[in-house]
Amino acid sequence: MVDSQEMVKKVFTQDSARVDTNKGDAYYNSLFEKAKSRLEALKKQPALKDIDMMEVVESEGVNRRDFMKWASATTATLMLPPMFTPLVAEATELMNRVPVIWIELQDCAGNSEALLRSSTPTVDDLLFDVLSLEFHHTLQSASGHQAEEQLEDAIHHFKGKYLLFVEGAIPTAINGGYGTIGASGETFQENLERLSKDAAAVVAVGSCATYGGVPAASPNPTGAVGVMDLVKGKPVINIPACPANPANMVGVVLHFVLTGQIPELDSLLRPKFAFGYRIHDNCERRAHFDAGEFVEEWGDEGAKNNFCLYKVGCKGPMTFNNCSIIRYNDGANWPIGVGRGCIGCSEPDFWDKYAYERPMADANIKAPTGGVEKTVDEFGLGLLTATTIGIGVHAVASAVAGKRTVHSEDGEE
Amino acid sequence: MSKHVVIDPITRIEGHLRIEAVIDDNNVIQEAYSSSTMFRGIEEILRGRDPRDCGLLAMRICGVCTGTHYQRSIEAVEHAFNVTIPKNARIVRNLMQGGLYIHDHVVHFYHLHALDWVDITKALEADPKKAVEEAQKWAKLSGQRPWNASEDVFAEVQERVTKYVKQGRLGIFGNAYWGSKAYKLTPEQNLIGLSHYLDALELQREVAKAQAIFGGKNPHPQSIVVGGVTCVQDIKNPARVAEFKDIIQKALKFTKQAYLPDVYMAGTMYADEALDGTGGGLGNYMSFGDFNLDDTPFYEAAKLFPSGVVMNKDLSKVYELDQTKITEDVTHAWYEGTTNLHPYDGVTTPKYTGFGKKEDNIAYLDTDKKYSWIKSPLYDDERMEVGPLARMVVGVAKGDEKITKYVTTFLKNGNLPTKVLFSTVGRTAARAIETEMMCEEVIKWCDELASNVAHGDLSTWTEFDFDTVSKDAKGFGMAEAPRGGLGHWVKIKDGKVENYQAVVPSTWNAAPKDYKGRMGAYEASLVGTKVVNPDEPLEIIRTVHSFDPCIACAVHIVDTKGKELAVYKVNPVGSSRA
Repeated sequence: MVDSQEMVKKVFTQDSARVDTNKGDAYYNSLFEKAKSRLEALKKQPALKDIDMMEVVESEGVNRRDFMKWASATTATLMLPPMFTPLVAEATELMNRVPVIWIELQDCAGNSEALLRSSTPTVDDLLFDVLSLEFHHTLQSASGHQAEEQLEDAIHHFKGKYLLFVEGAIPTAINGGYGTIGASGETFQENLERLSKDAAAVVAVGSCATYGGVPAASPNPTGAVGVMDLVKGKPVINIPACPANPANMVGVVLHFVLTGQIPELDSLLRPKFAFGYRIHDNCERRAHFDAGEFVEEWGDEGAKNNFCLYKVGCKGPMTFNNCSIIRYNDGANWPIGVGRGCIGCSEPDFWDKYAYERPMADANIKAPTGGVEKTVDEFGLGLLTATTIGIGVHAVASAVAGKRTVHSEDGEE
Repeated sequence: MSKHVVIDPITRIEGHLRIEAVIDDNNVIQEAYSSSTMFRGIEEILRGRDPRDCGLLAMRICGVCTGTHYQRSIEAVEHAFNVTIPKNARIVRNLMQGGLYIHDHVVHFYHLHALDWVDITKALEADPKKAVEEAQKWAKLSGQRPWNASEDVFAEVQERVTKYVKQGRLGIFGNAYWGSKAYKLTPEQNLIGLSHYLDALELQREVAKAQAIFGGKNPHPQSIVVGGVTCVQDIKNPARVAEFKDIIQKALKFTKQAYLPDVYMAGTMYADEALDGTGGGLGNYMSFGDFNLDDTPFYEAAKLFPSGVVMNKDLSKVYELDQTKITEDVTHAWYEGTTNLHPYDGVTTPKYTGFGKKEDNIAYLDTDKKYSWIKSPLYDDERMEVGPLARMVVGVAKGDEKITKYVTTFLKNGNLPTKVLFSTVGRTAARAIETEMMCEEVIKWCDELASNVAHGDLSTWTEFDFDTVSKDAKGFGMAEAPRGGLGHWVKIKDGKVENYQAVVPSTWNAAPKDYKGRMGAYEASLVGTKVVNPDEPLEIIRTVHSFDPCIACAVHIVDTKGKELAVYKVNPVGSSRA
């Protein structure tokens, strides 16, 4: 019988996925050439808007140097080597060549609101200069048939070229009656199918659009599903989290401009640049985990000293996202920063699997053994057989905590 | 020959709303129908979960009033467990919620509502120099200098938007009612509005950041737990509190120098409609009360906003709120049954009957039968309006000194009679008045928090024995959201949620007709309105927007299997407060 406490400690403290993204010179050189020729081609296209990005940037009181600083930070977010910085800058200037149509289905508008909080670039730049936002339910001036015409016109005009951003899940029960839109009473499902038909790619933004999110939480009264369950024969990019981080939304568009293709995705269709590593691996409280210092209950001495939140339910070890690096709202804070812990909101079924204030019983996270390439695909997370976290946690079986019993592959040690 | 107009989607709101109106030959609205076309079933999803985990999920009812449902849900559970939170937790929650009001109101006025008053295409004809004088004129009404008003700023805004317009693809600004005769501002006034639209984009980002200081992120903060809050390190760090305060001070300046002057400007230019009560609607106002100002337990603390009910615009009489008088009627909603029952009686099951007739690819609501996912809540068998206007009206009627001062100052400065409040313009003005008051209160609360921590109080959580308190408990969290009265009711058995229920602002306001055929607040506010051009129903959009619709919130379901969840009397809050 292995001492589970020792084992768990070992599992969590291996040199795990500290970001190591190097794919080798050959890969980057070829990507660099591809990006360069892509940008050349884009430059030849008629601009949607006759905007000189640098002029915009300067009018905002940002000089070229600051702009390049931002470009270099964004390059890092996209996990590209520094030589790409000038290309990222150029791509930003070309960003308005990608038309974006944004629709809302079974949503709460949280992702639209998140977009409004975008700080790099700021939201007014996004709206007026950077994106070519052709339609957006929450911000659209026109209502009714005028709004529908505007949308029709954009689809027709940019056939095969636009990115369709979808916010919210799609209810499939009662023939789609749980959600209709437009004068004709089109169901959300019909609406999505019609609008995705001529999109270059479909971006599911937020956890509802990706995996069904809140409406799909047990018992899923409306038969809600995510975009990837319905849209076939089309590239689908998932940007989960509740809401998704606007930096990752902008990142996807930039990547598309830069390379003409969608970013590299994991098996859950999430861009690896954002979801390639665990919250836990870049967490500011990681040292406390390694030292076995935990918050035992809210507001205790551990809480006052920023100890690890694992025992009060933090799901950082099971969750892939870049919050621990880029945070939220212009870097102001993040859930672990405010001492609450991660609820796994970028993972499928997180409402039933992760979002509770207790640690998972029987959670056994197989440690990644290499760099960031070891994503969720390579080491399945989930419940393994009866190896409890042996750190004296009063754990609750997930079957009790969530309402769905999660069956996963038995991993082998 | 009357026209039946269908407006779907209503944009610049949260959620999915359809409005249908019957307009006669004189272009006057004879009938109006409000319908929500999206359902998720959140209450059903909450059943069976651990009550401590409900707050985060309930918050996802809405991404706009993000944090309000979170707080109400947690409060309902605390009420059930009889857990009183520490002072730090109360203040931090007030700060987060206060920040939300400010954020929400600014975003609402500028990004969801302003373009109903401001014609941006006309702004391009303005003379920037004259616009500066114009801005000074409106700011001066309340003794202020105008926000960010210089010839250069206005010229730059014009250039930026001219460039945008000239490219011929207007994106989100495309195909709107630009040029409609229902727009009444001068080119210079439109330019001021447009300039502030851009400034407000920047400001709202900052205010959201303030909420993230104590909340972790915005939307959907994450620092509130049953028993208190978790953000100890941000509470004990004076620099964080100062950063929060600094942002709110900036918001206050913006409110005084841009938001309020713009409301004076719109109120004056659209004075005819304000004076004849266009968009006034029901005239019955209800407030649940909000923001605890001391640490006495549930519903006994003094509140910033008092609770109460005012009927028929009669400010001389105010009724104490009694939540047992709330009932819900599903006669015209897509649920089983046709009866008007207390929310805890009977079974409510979705029963979607779809649209009525379809002609020329337009589907029409089956308005004689069921036509919305929103139920019709009633108070003492009367239809009610909730929201900032209701809070101001109830505050004035109750003789609340603070609210009365803000309201009367606003009316005096703008040289407006009290009756303008009962209109679309008034609803919009009330929100601005409230924003100023909220900023000033939040700034005081920042000092209260800093001082409490400086005196050595670092307590953020009240301990409770979950297994004992969660055997059999029930409670509610009843307060206000930016859009009006919002309540969550919860019943807990053996550590699990047995029943969950939310009655929210847009349920009251956006509801369909009731069993007596009486209209909901949106519907009532539209009937009698004259529209310039039925094909460009700007007036309809303007009035509906004045309520700040939040439709995802409004739709909910209760299935109580005939059990009473809770019958409480809300303790009346005295109007004479320290």
